Parts: sequence; C-alpha cells; structure tokens
Amino acid sequence: MPSTASIERLAAILSSDRFLTQPEALSAYESDGLTAFRTRPLGVAIPETADEVIALVRACRDTGIPFVARGSGTSLSGGSLPVSGGIVIAMNRLNRILRLDPEDRVAVVEPGVINTQVTAAAAPFGLHYAPDPSSQSICTLGGNVAFNSGGAHCLKYGMTSNHVLGLKAVLATGEVVEWGGPGRERLGPDWCGLFTGHEGLFGVVLEITLQLLPRAECFHTVLAGYRTLEQAGDAVAAVIAAGLLPGALEIMDALALEAARAAVHAEYPPGCEAVLIVELEGPRETVAEERVRLESILAAGNPVAMRPARDAAERLAIWKGRKSAFSAVGRLSPDFIVQDGVVPRRRLGEALRRIAALSQESGLRIANVFHAGDGNLHPLILFDGRQPGALARAEAVAGSILKLCVEMGGSITGEHGIGVEKREFLTDLFSPDEVDVQKRIRAAFDPDGIANPGKMFPGTGAPALTHHGLHPLEREGVIFRE
Amino acid sequence: MSAPLRPQTLAELAEAVRSAARIVAVGAGTKPRLSAVEGTRLSTAGLTGLVEYEPEEFTFTARAGTPLRDLAVALAERGQYLPFDPPLVAAGATLGGAVASGLSGPGRYRFGGIRDFILGVRFVDGAGRLLRLGGKVVKNAAGFDVPKFLCGSLGRFGVIGEVTFKVFPRPVSALTLRLYAADPVERLKIIRALGRSRYEPEAVEGVPDHCDLWVRLAGPESALAALASEILTRFPGLREAGTEDPLEVLRELSWAAASDTWVKVPLSPDHSVAFTTELAALDGVSHQVGAGGSVGWIAIRESASVPAVRDLLERFGLEGMTVRGDAPLWWARRPRPAIESAVKLALDPCHRFPPLDS
Ligand SMILES: Cc1cc2nc3c(=O)[nH]c(=O)nc-3n(C[C@H](O)[C@H](O)[C@H](O)COP(=O)(O)OP(=O)(O)OC[C@H]3O[C@@H](n4cnc5c(N)ncnc54)[C@H](O)[C@@H]3O)c2cc1C
Repeated sequence: MPSTASIERLAAILSSDRFLTQPEALSAYESDGLTAFRTRPLGVAIPETADEVIALVRACRDTGIPFVARGSGTSLSGGSLPVSGGIVIAMNRLNRILRLDPEDRVAVVEPGVINTQVTAAAAPFGLHYAPDPSSQSICTLGGNVAFNSGGAHCLKYGMTSNHVLGLKAVLATGEVVEWGGPGRERLGPDWCGLFTGHEGLFGVVLEITLQLLPRAECFHTVLAGYRTLEQAGDAVAAVIAAGLLPGALEIMDALALEAARAAVHAEYPPGCEAVLIVELEGPRETVAEERVRLESILAAGNPVAMRPARDAAERLAIWKGRKSAFSAVGRLSPDFIVQDGVVPRRRLGEALRRIAALSQESGLRIANVFHAGDGNLHPLILFDGRQPGALARAEAVAGSILKLCVEMGGSITGEHGIGVEKREFLTDLFSPDEVDVQKRIRAAFDPDGIANPGKMFPGTGAPALTHHGLHPLEREGVIFRE
Repeated sequence: MSAPLRPQTLAELAEAVRSAARIVAVGAGTKPRLSAVEGTRLSTAGLTGLVEYEPEEFTFTARAGTPLRDLAVALAERGQYLPFDPPLVAAGATLGGAVASGLSGPGRYRFGGIRDFILGVRFVDGAGRLLRLGGKVVKNAAGFDVPKFLCGSLGRFGVIGEVTFKVFPRPVSALTLRLYAADPVERLKIIRALGRSRYEPEAVEGVPDHCDLWVRLAGPESALAALASEILTRFPGLREAGTEDPLEVLRELSWAAASDTWVKVPLSPDHSVAFTTELAALDGVSHQVGAGGSVGWIAIRESASVPAVRDLLERFGLEGMTVRGDAPLWWARRPRPAIESAVKLALDPCHRFPPLDS
C-alpha cells in the first residue's frame, strides 16, 4: 500500500472534489464493460487539463503508484479495470474538439471526446470520422486509440490506427511526446502506429489528430436472407471473389435474428436462418453500376429473400437491427461472454460449425453476429451464472473458441484487445521471445510498470470474478455491441 | 567492401544478423541513401518469393527480398493490387525495402499508405531472434503493432524477413485528368475541393515542376466517364490520352535524374504553396507535390542549392529524408524524444543496427 504522503501528493494536484476516495464514489469506477471483473482503486483523479494529467502521471512515477487511464469504461476485455493500490485517471473532462479543419480534413481532439461527436462536428462539412465501434455513442477517442478499436467498416477503411495522424501523450516516464501531425505522410518509424493499440500500457494520450473522410455520396444496402448460415458465408465469399469492395459485410444468425425481432421489432424474411447485410458506397454512378453486379452475385447464391433498402429510412432500419442485435441477444440471458476472435474469411463456415458443435456439447446457446468481411467473429455465449458451474463452462467454451481461431491461422482479438480477459491466451499467439520483445518495448515506455499493470501480459494476479452481463448502458439501450 | 551476407532462409537470416557486430540490411538498393552507413551488409536478395497468397482473403505473405514487380504481377493475375502504390517498382524495389523506407506512391491518397496495409511481419531483432508480430488476417488487435512501427524504420530496429499485407481488388478501369492551375494557391484550392468532393479520386498529384494536377479516377468505366466530364466542367483541364498511365513517372521518380539527390518532405496541404513557390525559384532543383499536398519530393541536381533547400525547410518547420544522393540522411530534423532511443535499445540492445541519426 502506498504511504499516505504519496496519496496526498497526488490528491494535491487537483481540487478535492476532483480526487475521489470515498468508497461510494469509487464504486462507479470498479469495473468496465467486462463486468465479470471488479477492483476498487485507491482513488479516482478527474483532471480537466493536459497539464493536470502530466502532473498526475509524474507524481505516480515519483511515488510508484500505478495508474489506469479511463475513458468511458466500455472496454470489453477489462482494459480499464482499476488496479488495486492504484489510481484511475478519468479522462472524460478533457473533452474538447480543439480544432476542426474541414479544408484539410483533420480534427484535433482531446482524448475524452466521444467517438460520434467527431462525426457530428464534421458532418456539416460533408465529412466523417470512419471508425465506428458499436459503442461509438459513448466510448472515447482515448479509449479507441488505446485499443485500436474497429467497427463495421474495417475491411475497406481499417481500424482506429489507420485514421490517427498525430498523437500527444505523456509517457509513464513522465516524458511528453508529440508524433505526427495534420499531414498524411511522415518520416522514420511509425510511432503513432506503435502507440495506437498500446492498451494503456505506455502512458496517457493527451491529444489526437484524426483524419476525416468525405462522406460517400451514395449508399446501397442490401439485406439477404438464407436458409443456412453457411449459404450466407458463401455469399460473402462470392462478393469478394467478384472483386467488389463493400463498405460493410455483416452476418447475423438465427438466434441473433430472433433477438433483434424481439428487441427492436426488426423484420426479417420468414424462413431464414441467417441474414447477410452488404453495403456499397461511393459516387452514385459507381454505386449504380456495382449494385447491379452485387444483385446478380447474391441472386446466384439462392437467398430466401433479397431486400435492397429503397430509401434512407429502410437503410437505417437494417442497420438498427444489426447494431442492436448483440445487446438484444444479451437480453435473452442473465449472463453472457462475448468473444472477438478472427479467422481467415474462407474458414468462416468451418469456424461457425465448430462453434455450433461447442454449443451442443456444452449445452450453452451461442449467438453469432459478426463482421463477415474481415472474419471477425463475435460469438455470444449465453449462460445463467446462478447455476453452479455455468460460468466455468462458458469460460471453457470461450477459451476453446479462441484456441480454434488461433489454430485456423487467425487471432484472439480483432478489436476488443487483450486486456485482462485474454492475457492468458497471449502465449497461444506469441512465442516466449515474441512476448519478451513486447515486454521490452513496454518497459521502454514504462520502466516501473505503473501504466495499467496486470493487463495484456500473462501471469499477473487475477482480479475477482463476479458475473458476466450487459454493460449498464446497454441494458438501458443506450449503446449496442457488435 | 567484402561480399554481403546473403541468407537464403529466415533461420539463416537470424544467424547472419548474429554473425556481425554491425548489420546494414539492403534490398535492391533503389533508395541507396537509406542504407549508406558503415557495417556488414546483409542482402535480402536470397529471401524471395510469395509464401502464401489467398486472393479470397485479400492477403499475401512474401519474403522481404521479393521484387515488388513480381508481386504486382502475381496480384494482377488475380485482379488485385497494392493500393498504396509503392514507388520504384520498375526499378526493382523489394517488399522489405518498401516497408523499411515507409514510402508510398500516388495511390496512398485514397486508402492510405504502406502503414495502412501491413498486417504482420517476421523480423530479426538486435539480439538475433526471429520474431513474428502482427498477424495474417485482415483484422487483428493482439499485441503491440510492431508491423506498423517498422514502416519507415530504415533497418535501424531490426531486419525484416517476411511481411504480410492486405490487398484490394483492382478497380476495373482507370483514367487520369490533368487539371490546370495557374499558381500553387489555385492548385491548393483544387486539392481542397477534390478532398471534399463526391468523386473519390484514387490519386491527386502535382505535375513535377508545375502547378497543374493529375487526378486519377478508378472504377467502372461508365461511371468514370460521367465523373470525368463533371470534374472537367468544374475545373479547366483535359483527359490524358493514351494508354500509358502518366502517374508512372511519379511512381518511378523518373521525373528526377538518378544522379540527383532525392529528398522526401512530408507536408500539409497549406505548405504546398510555399514549397512550390520557393523551390521553383531555385536553380538546379526540381520538385513535386504528391498525395493531395501531403508529401513533397525534391530532386537536387546541383549541390550548390543544398543550403537554400535546407534553409527553406527550416523556415517552414519541414523535415526531410534523403533517399538518394550523398546529403545527410535527415534534413531539419526536430530533436528526438528520449523514448525513441529507449525503444531502439529495447529492440537493438547491442547496437547491431545503424544509429537513428545517420
Ligand atoms: C456495448 C459495447 C459495444 C462495443 N462495440 C465495439 C465495437 O464494435 N468495436 C470495438 O472495437 N470495440 C467495441 N467495444 C469495446 C469498447 O467500446 C472499445 O474498446 C472502446 O474503444 C473503449 O473506449 P472507452 O472510452 O470506453 O475506454 P475505456 O474502456 O475507458 O478504456 C479502454 C482502454 O483505454 C485506455 N485508455 C482510455 N483513455 C486513455 C487515454 N486517454 N490514454 C491512454 N489510455 C487510455 C484504458 O486504460 C483502457 O486500457 C464495445 C463495448 C461495448 C460495451
């Protein structure tokens, strides 16, 4: 336990109403989107300026008190879970858009800015910020940068990292760095690239320069229903083989469809076990040409029904069903675990079959709603934590799914990060040398191991498990997960 | 100079790195200044070939010494391409050299540069360990993004042995327009208007030593004709005739002479005005503004102009990197934060690779 003097040194940086130590105030910060884990921090600091963040980090360095930066606490892998004996630095009040330059299509933001606020600010200029995690109405750009978050448009547009042009950060060493800037090109190694996806282990992001893209002139969204999940998967392969590059390719299985029908009254063609959503985008002339090709490709795959959105309202309805599906499935069950593994696209069918087999064996229902275009699965394992052994069985199934993703040449996480949740699986993906080199890089940024310790790397003390379930805001229908 | 080390396998690559106190990795030598440092030369010429190519995954994995030319052919056979347009393909540039130099060509305008398409890497660190980071699938968030980091790392942090990339389907057709601009201010206006337009151009490139712009459109043929004629009613210009892609001179940097000193200068579009105005006034210097005003290239023919170029970069707070010629590697480089040396030490604890500053 740190000495009282140390804690007082941290507390002195902020006014007392912005350094919380009362148990009731701390409880809101004990957990993140991975509600299975809870840890009470020593205190919660609520800085309002970059200088205050820098002072806090330097005081942590001097006193050895660990810190966890926190955005909105929606991490699904326990990334923003506090560490015991450490403080949480809540970044939400650094929430200004510092500059929006529509001419050169750049936004400079503080890390507490919410993802959708960037697009909202850019929209009047016909621009948008591309990465769109389903939590985008509440998650922060600081969290997005830490996790290199994705969304439904990654095949074409990439992840957060592909849109970060510049970063300012205070490292765990106390050094303040600035990399990149408003230009798209740079020299030397890609420091912003290394920093994005650091999972809070390097320091705290203070300012982010983002590229904005022009909003596509025209969208064409088709919903196709299939008798089997496999047929939907084959349709994805056919679209890709034809050389189309859709903005999004998403699949929902029967259980997900059932849940979306119940939750948002989404309408799907009767008699289908899976639905594929394909969205083309671009100049109207290009889309007009490509939609004809798309429709003939899809028709060749014998869908039960094919429903192109006829107007913006129908397109929104399709997306509403898709974006709400995950949380809707969550409502079918008291508890669930969501996985984030990736498999090569051509092996999607096989992966889904094996997941179905795992579901049968374990007696646990598993729903699938996923980014088919990039092979990013999101199996949702439903269980009832009140039944003895159910959590352990669900975790065993989740573990088997991760292993099968690795075995198929994929990854254990497409966008949610390793966090606490998957750190024991890091060694399935990386050799001891490969883990070691990453630890060495981490140690360069954080020699004392004070920035978000216990995350990403295996073998560090596990915090207490409680239960799995919806994020509180999800339960209220404010955010959805993909 | 003794013959370079020439490993044939990744295991031999690791062994070769361990065999010498100072290792300088080289590919085809198309960007010679980047490896013009003292040390035992390690050629990737023996490490060639596609290891895996899965057109339906939009990914391939190839050895670092593979000429990009060969890759382009293999990809084209399956209707795919590297959207970021690595430079100097015809000149023989290798995949590993493209990554280590971090250079992208005109196509980087639409979907991003080489850093935006790299997925995974196998490389040997300074301790001589063969490591695999990143992955082979198009989406992956596991572990630190070392593959991205190595883009532009100039062999100073490790030697790249194998790389996995994301690729895209090649658009079915393409055409290039030349838009007239009387001066760099007008050019900037067009760049900005295109940047927020509905046209989604593949490339927006300045014509070398000129204010005109080349705008490349790609997609279905009928759509392109309509887009092209609309653009030409908004901006005066013409459609480039002929089957040759005029942007090829930019990809190959053939607008500059091989004996020139080539300097890459990252820009933001507003800098493109001063960049062109000032360089046009210098003797023995050619220049080009690329990627929608995001990058400038300077080709210095007469070394007498070097101080004036340096002065220009310093005045505008621009940095440069010499790719060819015997000028210092870095121009007007800002001081490096301490962390950069610390990461260098993490990956290269016994200083086996060249230092960051030379
Ligand atoms: C319902 C739901 C749906 C989701 N859908 C998606 C999705 O589609 N795609 C996707 O990729 N993710 C998704 N997520 C996961 C999550 O929203 C993202 O990981 C998001 O980026 C986290 O942002 P946050 O602001 O909540 O960060 P937090 O959870 O607060 O923090 C996440 C990590 O970032 C670090 N961090 C936060 N701020 C900073 C900072 N300023 N500097 C340094 N480190 C910092 C934290 O230490 C932590 O490690 C979803 C989550 C939920 C609950």
